[in-house]
Amino acid sequence: MNDFTPLSALAGGVVIGLAATLFLFTHGKVAGISGLFGALLRRESGDRTTALSFVAGLVVAGLLVRLSFPDAFATSWSAALPTLFVAGLIVGFGTRLGSGCTSGHGVCGISRLSVRSLVATATFMATGFLTVFVVRHVIGGAP
Amino acid sequence: MRANVVAFAAGALFAVGLAVSGMTKPSKVAGFLDVAGAWDASLAFVMAGAVAVHFVGLRLVRRRSRPLFDATFHLPTRKDLDPRLVLGAALFGVGWGLGGFCPGPAIVAAGGASTGAIVFVLGMTLGMVLEHAIVRSRAPAHEDVQ
Repeated sequence: MNDFTPLSALAGGVVIGLAATLFLFTHGKVAGISGLFGALLRRESGDRTTALSFVAGLVVAGLLVRLSFPDAFATSWSAALPTLFVAGLIVGFGTRLGSGCTSGHGVCGISRLSVRSLVATATFMATGFLTVFVVRHVIGGAP
Repeated sequence: MRANVVAFAAGALFAVGLAVSGMTKPSKVAGFLDVAGAWDASLAFVMAGAVAVHFVGLRLVRRRSRPLFDATFHLPTRKDLDPRLVLGAALFGVGWGLGGFCPGPAIVAAGGASTGAIVFVLGMTLGMVLEHAIVRSRAPAHEDVQ
């Protein structure tokens, strides 16, 4: 079971907020991960070097975190690989259709008090809660 | 070049925040989304911390006439609510609940060589390509991507 970790969660959130602010200050863009990652996949996107640099930062930092604090990825529960593939597919499709994810809508959009982002965040939180409820308590797939 | 180095640093900083916060652990995400079980509310603090900082930060930044490396800001301006926004967000929540990853933590954990995250990111890539092929190429939305 997971422990309640409000302090590290808050500290991590502060760092995320600082990173989003830095990116806005330097590049004038929303630090929306699905948007930046999606831009890498599209030929017609204009300036892809910024998105590529940002995503490369995520990946390289992920590797460095793995090497120095492997516990950051330790998990007591993980979906099966086919489920993860399907989940990823739904997330990819949904975040492009809905123009954002937890970072773009949930952090940056809410900070701007964007009504679209508030609605999107309320919606994905609701379906997230509902999905875990169905998987864990109706189907009983996970402990 | 300098702009790209800073974008890289912003991404790396963002990744550190995700890793510190616990968002890179699918079990933590599942615990947060499991309100009917042993609910772990920790991840609500991630959003609280990030929004608190960015709410102030973006207002300070917007006092400037332009960002450091660009002539203008590129912030979304749409205010209307359309079916795509709601349906897309609804789908995203389903995938988030199923896999325990949202895009940022998945990419960071994939960088950390987590097999599950790599598989998730492959699925996510296909999902984005499909969305573009099925939806956007036929009826391009007014671009306003977060």
